[in-house]
Amino acid sequence: MRYDVIIVGGGVVGCALARELSRYQLRLALLEKEVEVGFGTSKTNSGIIHSGHHAPADTLKGQLEWAGNQRWDDLARELKFGFSRIGELMLAQQSADLAYLLKLKAQGEEKGVTGLELWSPKKIQKEEPNLSHNILQALHAPTAAVVNPYEACFGFIACAQQNGVELFCGAPVLEISQAGESFSIQTPQHKFHCRIIINAAGIYADRIAALIGAADFTIHPRKGEEYLLDRRLQGIVTRLIFPVPSATSKGVLIIPTVDGPIMVGPTAEDVADREDLTTSFSGADKVFATVRQYCPAISERDTITEFAGLRAVAESNDFIISPSPVKGFFNVAGIQSPGLTAAPAIATYVTEMLRCEGLALSEKTAWKAEIDGPSRFARMSVAERKAAIRSDPAFGRIICRCESVTEAEVRYAICHGARTLDGVKFRVRAGMGRCQGGFCTTRIMDLLSQTAGTPLTEISKRGRGSEICYPRQDSLTAGEEG
Amino acid sequence: MKSPLRKKYDVVIVGGGPAGLAAALGARQAGAERILVVDREIEAGGILNQCIHSGFGLHYFKEELTGPEYAERFVRSALADSIEIITDSYVLDISTDLQLEVVSGRYGYLQFKARAVVLAMGCRERTRGAIRTPGFRPAGVMTAGLAQKMVNMKGLLPGRRVAILGSGDIGLIMARRLVLEGCEVVGVYELQPYSNGLTRNLVQCLDDFDIPLHLSTTVAFIHGRDRVERLTLAPVDMKCNPDLSRTRDVACDTLLLSIGLIPENELSTRLRLRMDPATGGPQVASNLETSLPGVFACGNVLHVHDLVDFVSEESLRAGRFAAEVARGLRRPGDNISLQAGENIASCVPQSLSPDREQVVYLRVKRPLKNCLLTIGDRYEKSFRVMIPSEMIRLTLAPEVLDRYFGDNLRIDIWPQERV
Repeated sequence: MRYDVIIVGGGVVGCALARELSRYQLRLALLEKEVEVGFGTSKTNSGIIHSGHHAPADTLKGQLEWAGNQRWDDLARELKFGFSRIGELMLAQQSADLAYLLKLKAQGEEKGVTGLELWSPKKIQKEEPNLSHNILQALHAPTAAVVNPYEACFGFIACAQQNGVELFCGAPVLEISQAGESFSIQTPQHKFHCRIIINAAGIYADRIAALIGAADFTIHPRKGEEYLLDRRLQGIVTRLIFPVPSATSKGVLIIPTVDGPIMVGPTAEDVADREDLTTSFSGADKVFATVRQYCPAISERDTITEFAGLRAVAESNDFIISPSPVKGFFNVAGIQSPGLTAAPAIATYVTEMLRCEGLALSEKTAWKAEIDGPSRFARMSVAERKAAIRSDPAFGRIICRCESVTEAEVRYAICHGARTLDGVKFRVRAGMGRCQGGFCTTRIMDLLSQTAGTPLTEISKRGRGSEICYPRQDSLTAGEEG
Repeated sequence: MKSPLRKKYDVVIVGGGPAGLAAALGARQAGAERILVVDREIEAGGILNQCIHSGFGLHYFKEELTGPEYAERFVRSALADSIEIITDSYVLDISTDLQLEVVSGRYGYLQFKARAVVLAMGCRERTRGAIRTPGFRPAGVMTAGLAQKMVNMKGLLPGRRVAILGSGDIGLIMARRLVLEGCEVVGVYELQPYSNGLTRNLVQCLDDFDIPLHLSTTVAFIHGRDRVERLTLAPVDMKCNPDLSRTRDVACDTLLLSIGLIPENELSTRLRLRMDPATGGPQVASNLETSLPGVFACGNVLHVHDLVDFVSEESLRAGRFAAEVARGLRRPGDNISLQAGENIASCVPQSLSPDREQVVYLRVKRPLKNCLLTIGDRYEKSFRVMIPSEMIRLTLAPEVLDRYFGDNLRIDIWPQERV
């Protein structure tokens, strides 16, 4: 199979880039090692569109942070994912923090970030009455927003596919070779040929680059644990709450997610194992002890689920977006925070880089920016609900009671590529609520089985090896005898 | 499909499990005419439908039935009583003037007005998140009730080599079920120094099948990226904190959780009902009416029961009281506040009236031996053994109560001996 450009890695960066390049007359493919896009670092991301002032202007991430921030309103509208500019407050808890707030405000203003304002304790108490009374001052940044990062991935890739990009999931890259101006990429099922490779492989970007001798950097995974809390606490804060950051992370945050529930985290711990997605007693203790300093009413007893993700940190501590020593092979690596925020700007930046490197880019006449997204029953008014049920009675059948997700939405997810329980859950939220799938798992399995034709015993949580159940012993025996 | 349903009902019951069905029968007995049960599943009967083991009905029917048999008796009686039941239907919201918003896979969007509403939504299982077990997030970790549904309703096995965390009744029942299905159950691990299941289940589900129960033990780590591969177990101290210096590993492919049940009170919270943190359910008066007049609660949404027989009995009463209110009859209000005292974890109802015989349910905080239960200074009863997993039911005659007008009445338990 022959392409002009192949993107390796279907995280938010790879997916955003696929959509951006799909504007041009190119043959494009995206290869993802997991069973669906967004299932690596992006799925476990905090979901924050940073306000734009966090990273210094003299770094690449500093430049792309603010540029990326301003793109998300249009993207959310075009790609139909949840997005809300709720703003952030960075809290000064001790007098030493006050100088940092001033520095950050100046840094943001220099970059053109709008609306930055220092708040007094009185103003903080008025706006966020559930925060601790011991906060000295806070920097308010109204440009910060929240988004579901996996929904963004699904939106980007759906739009890219609609505009001709070919997506291959469950396709880990095993070998790369180069002959003249052409690369060959071997995956377990296929051999691909292309002129240009974009390496957006996240936590494995250095390993992918090493396959063709283009690894002039190393990725060090930095783990973060997050804890999602019951809807009981919804509204306890209405803005993103940040402490003053440390050298390695932005600290433990309080995140009012775009769907309402509060999330707290992440921790920041350098780990050696690139598959270490484990949570820990110490992580939970750290997260809750820290957030209780600024919001005393938050309790670990409200946790409904917890998870861990890995940040792809490069030695330079900055994004690596550049041509590699191998002509035609480009690295888009070390995309740690604010990577999600910057992703749309990274996509444009990479496109311009390719143009500068001689790739001919001529725009398609019929590029379509928008996709038809899922209709969200939970977000509809009564009149909209009645209309939706009239058009499709499956909107009247609630599958996930905790998050009010209907059969119509689950079917939509399956028709748009969901093949696993997590695929359904992260597209339409079925199973994401307080019962964590206790009631709806078997109904979703039935729908997956009916719609996609997969036997129940082959339905998995997130791909091969994570199947949910086994056949009964008697049916095994019956099968063997028959 | 055009709805054959009415717009107005005397009593609407949210939930068609054992509580909802009994409430409907109670409402009919007390003279309500138009009665509707709304159930979210395809069939009425609730969780009983997946409880294919026997042991139900010993108190209520004086015979031993399976869960589906027990449910069927109530469904048949309800249908014979012309009670309308709509399944595959979900109550989205109830307004304070008792207008219900319902969506149905069959009838579309429905709105009903009720004179009285009975909440009978049951409960859900606590999940891994509630106890924050460290480790990976592989397939193979699920609640015991979900596993029960898979095995008994779908004919699928959750795994081959199974560990069970928590000794709640569903976990014990599933330990036996999985052995009968040919799985290996490596052990049941309980955080507390005592079991949380009924004694009969400990004997019939674990002892009879040589399944070990490890008390004061928890899962300290779940291994396996895609599928459970093994668990790290740790003993816990008096405060239930794991001792990570004394861990051991056990190989298995599945971890079932039977770590407690939570009343499903989303509608109750939306209605802003006054809740009882001890039960997780609404506060109710002696007629099982919540803080919002006309709204009643019964069964596991009110407080988690261990015997369905008690659910039926309680719910029949709730249905009768709801029908009275729907017909415009109001009994004298409660004039005694009931308070959980020494050694009591929770009690229901939260207030009493001396106008008729009163039924009180309670649970103890910890296992106790040879104790004396007292209510005020006119009632006492001795118990040889009291354990948290077995709910106590008391009936109080009016003469026990008639002196306490306007008072706080305390229930206390005075142990002669700690277990």
